[in-house]
Amino acid sequence: MKRVVLAVLLALMSIPAIAIDSESFDDPVLHARYRKLTQELRCLQCQNENIHDSNATLAVDLRREVRAMLLAGKTDEEIIRFLTDRYGDFVLYRPPFVARTIVLWLAPGLALLGGLAAVVVVVRRRATQSFDDATDPASSNTAAGADSQ
Amino acid sequence: MKLRFLIPAAVFAALIATFGVMLHRSERGEYNPTIVQSPLLGKPAPAFRLPSVDDPTTFVSTTDFLGQVYVLNVWGTWCVGCRQEHGALLEIARQGLVPIVGLDTKDELADAQRWLSTLGNPYAATAWDADGRAAIDWGVYGAPETFLIDASGIVVYKYIGPIHMQAWEKEFVPRIHEARNRQGTATGNPAS
Repeated sequence: MKRVVLAVLLALMSIPAIAIDSESFDDPVLHARYRKLTQELRCLQCQNENIHDSNATLAVDLRREVRAMLLAGKTDEEIIRFLTDRYGDFVLYRPPFVARTIVLWLAPGLALLGGLAAVVVVVRRRATQSFDDATDPASSNTAAGADSQ
Repeated sequence: MKLRFLIPAAVFAALIATFGVMLHRSERGEYNPTIVQSPLLGKPAPAFRLPSVDDPTTFVSTTDFLGQVYVLNVWGTWCVGCRQEHGALLEIARQGLVPIVGLDTKDELADAQRWLSTLGNPYAATAWDADGRAAIDWGVYGAPETFLIDASGIVVYKYIGPIHMQAWEKEFVPRIHEARNRQGTATGNPAS
């Protein structure tokens, strides 16, 4: 009996999975492109959701537009262009690499390089200091060395 | 030498100061991070030709207003902010500086007609955008939104949220005069 109940409950859990795919395509390639596009496009009505996950009216309408354009044979670039022409680059979760976004794209790398450079400088200095300390314990450097540690 | 250790503290203080300034500005309504600048600014207004709310057997088209400075107000009876701004729109229409074109989006025709007959109609014409396609073309993401279009059909300005008289006086009126002056010099006619 327990097993039957468990089996039924587990089967019930799979219902939402079927419900989500109401906007499926006959062609699996089109469907994959649809999923990828809608997951990378931001819903402007609820700005931290993509149009794939959002149930805001605008997201529903934009999914309909994307679907229609895919069925009409438009390329991914044309579909993205359609949306950026209307809503700007803000709809893209992956912003383009242009002059205006150069800080956005390069800042993480620069911060990492800066951090690495700082680590190298600090480690080198400490290495010289401990070398000085070991060879010349009476040196006046000891005080400065202790300070930075 | 020892002042070096103040650098992180100074960076931290600068960060806190930046946050403070931005919070203060957003509290005063000068900065709103959810407002997205429209890519339409400086570009031709998207065209539409849609049934009129006042008489659905006739059409309202963007070409009807070409050659004059006008305002396009996107609204719907489902939109709370549109109800808030309705009084201001009536006042703006009464002043008669420019015609207001309504774009009633994602709405029932009967609801829209009842809204205009009970609350008053500030619109020179109202287009019925039943499926919201025209609103998508205009990049609308949250009604109410109000656009200013110049006589050559270029979108000059976009205001997001319920409009009020201070915003009208501060943001729209100077731009309307500017657009007319520009048009006047371009065609060689004296500015109206």
